[in-house]
Amino acid sequence: MAPPLLDVSGLRVGYDVYGGTLRVLNGVNFYLEEGEKVGLVGETGCGKTTTAKAVLRILPEPPARIMGGEVTFRKASVLDMSAKEVREMHAHGVAMIFQDPTAALNPVFTIGDQLMTAIRYSSLEQKLTRKEIRERALRALGEVALPDPARILDNYPIQLSGGMRQRICIAMALAANSQLMIADEPTTSLDVTIQDQVLRLLGKLVLEKDTSTILITHSLGIVREWTARVYVMYAGTMAETAPTAELFREPLHPYTQGLMKAVPKLTGEGIAEGIEGRIPNYLDPPRGCRFHPRCPHRMDICSQELPPYFEAGPRRQVACFLYRDGN
Amino acid sequence: MDNQARTKDILLSAADLKKHFRTRAGTVRAADGVSFEIRENETLGLVGESGSGKSTVAYTIVGMYRPTGGSLLFRGQDIGRESARRPRQLKKEIQIVFQDPGSSLNPRQSIRQILDLPLRVHGALDRRGREEQTVRLLEMVELPRDFLYKAPRSIGGGERQMVAIARALATNPSFVVLDEPTSALDVSVQAKIINLLISLQKELNLTYLFITHDLSLMRNMATRVAIMYLGKICEIAPTVEFFRNPLHPYTRMLLSSIPVVSDEEQELKPKKIVSQGEIPSPVDIPPGCSFHQRCPHRMEICARVDPIVVRNRQDHEVRCHLYTQDMQDTQDANPGRRTMHE
Repeated sequence: MAPPLLDVSGLRVGYDVYGGTLRVLNGVNFYLEEGEKVGLVGETGCGKTTTAKAVLRILPEPPARIMGGEVTFRKASVLDMSAKEVREMHAHGVAMIFQDPTAALNPVFTIGDQLMTAIRYSSLEQKLTRKEIRERALRALGEVALPDPARILDNYPIQLSGGMRQRICIAMALAANSQLMIADEPTTSLDVTIQDQVLRLLGKLVLEKDTSTILITHSLGIVREWTARVYVMYAGTMAETAPTAELFREPLHPYTQGLMKAVPKLTGEGIAEGIEGRIPNYLDPPRGCRFHPRCPHRMDICSQELPPYFEAGPRRQVACFLYRDGN
Repeated sequence: MDNQARTKDILLSAADLKKHFRTRAGTVRAADGVSFEIRENETLGLVGESGSGKSTVAYTIVGMYRPTGGSLLFRGQDIGRESARRPRQLKKEIQIVFQDPGSSLNPRQSIRQILDLPLRVHGALDRRGREEQTVRLLEMVELPRDFLYKAPRSIGGGERQMVAIARALATNPSFVVLDEPTSALDVSVQAKIINLLISLQKELNLTYLFITHDLSLMRNMATRVAIMYLGKICEIAPTVEFFRNPLHPYTRMLLSSIPVVSDEEQELKPKKIVSQGEIPSPVDIPPGCSFHQRCPHRMEICARVDPIVVRNRQDHEVRCHLYTQDMQDTQDANPGRRTMHE
């Protein structure tokens, strides 16, 4: 079997702050095969964005510090790359869409300036003329279904709605023809009808361009409708991974189970209790499984050892001692 | 339900409520003829996307804005005037919980000071009594006593929202406006807050106006649901009826856009309707039905005439020409309600 496009193992990232080190990522393992659409789901502060930024090498270091682990992208070790190689990777290999399109776009440059810059730097060796770059920019705006692309090139971000801004960011991310796209909560700041439009558009485009995608979100619903395989993240570790349909049919990790119950359903079954407690303080995270203080099924071992991944079916792994005997 | 029974238990009623803002870009018609009633002990879910005017309605009810037009009655008493001129007793009765507890709680005060202020303003309690009362308020929202001396910053987002709820309850209100109280929070925390709100409602006989953009949440919490679009209510119905039989095309578009977590839910979503277009600027509201440009069922009349509200036997009201066919081509001169023929 070909090695995965992206392989992350044992990734540990901390933030040095006054008072100690926030040990956020505590051995993150995941992989992405070529052409896969994978979801990374978890609640605020679980380390989703830190993971993405570490993979892209865009963590602000300091205060962030990579404390261990390996990231392999296209067989190259990302954590060992020089600044030049990182730029190269950003130009051709990976693109990222951020949560807040307003913050991702520079308010003092026109959409055209920013989009054409992205296109120019991702195709330097093609020596495109200004006119060709402009044509590509217009085509990119057309692809994300923006009306009147020529006018939008001259607009400033503030003149566009949030949904339109996010479409611009998608156009910029896709213009580079990247192999891997990381979309970090791309629709969280948008209304539900606009979210639906943007997600449908994103799905269509990555399918057309055969882009491997990691979708980071806190919404289980979006993961279910959008991805083929999911990682559930809790407090800096991957609690569980499974093909999406499997995960929703039978969540295994107690955290995933709690999360699923807490989602309000259209079928109107009432609201479940939620999960007791809150995510740990990363200055002094609990020993062993980081979920154990909140876990309804905790055992003695949970507070002593970090649970490894237990196989729980085809492409299905769960980091929980409940499954150590393989059931 | 006959009319008399309906009017008897009405706590708050808005009729043709308007709130316009003058801006340099033009007049923003944030609330533009909103009519609804809230009955004792119910939860009315007011659902809409950003810019629909749902928060404007909330703020007008609590007295932060003075309505531009229309009437607002609380227990039959006119409250359509500014907060400063509202009698104190009325301010006690109507309280609000804001969306972001990070900015609605004073970061320089302790939880004790935050809870003490409404007691000082409204209560006749002495210092000792107020201290006891603050502890009781914390207990009501299931927070430990030692939270009294914490600062808002040192507690979690969910706990902060519990403090905001406790503050709203300090004046012993009968009506609480909840303005997206959980949309800044994670679902596992949201679940706890919603359950708390439900049990407080039973315990204290509260009536809620719950402002949100989350229809799934309203399915599980509201007694009735109202949908707002560009300053107007386009549909309002009892929750079960609302989700079983959504009528307005915008409601259906909203429902079909919700990402859900199970096949059973997927089944409930209206099919063959896809989200298109964006909410227009409230400065420049389209003529006729404000939704017609995005509507998959638009007819010729929709761009010309703003539809009137029709009501069916299930207490289900909708503002759409699809349900007023017999009215077509008559000018909208009659703002009254007609019974819908099914």
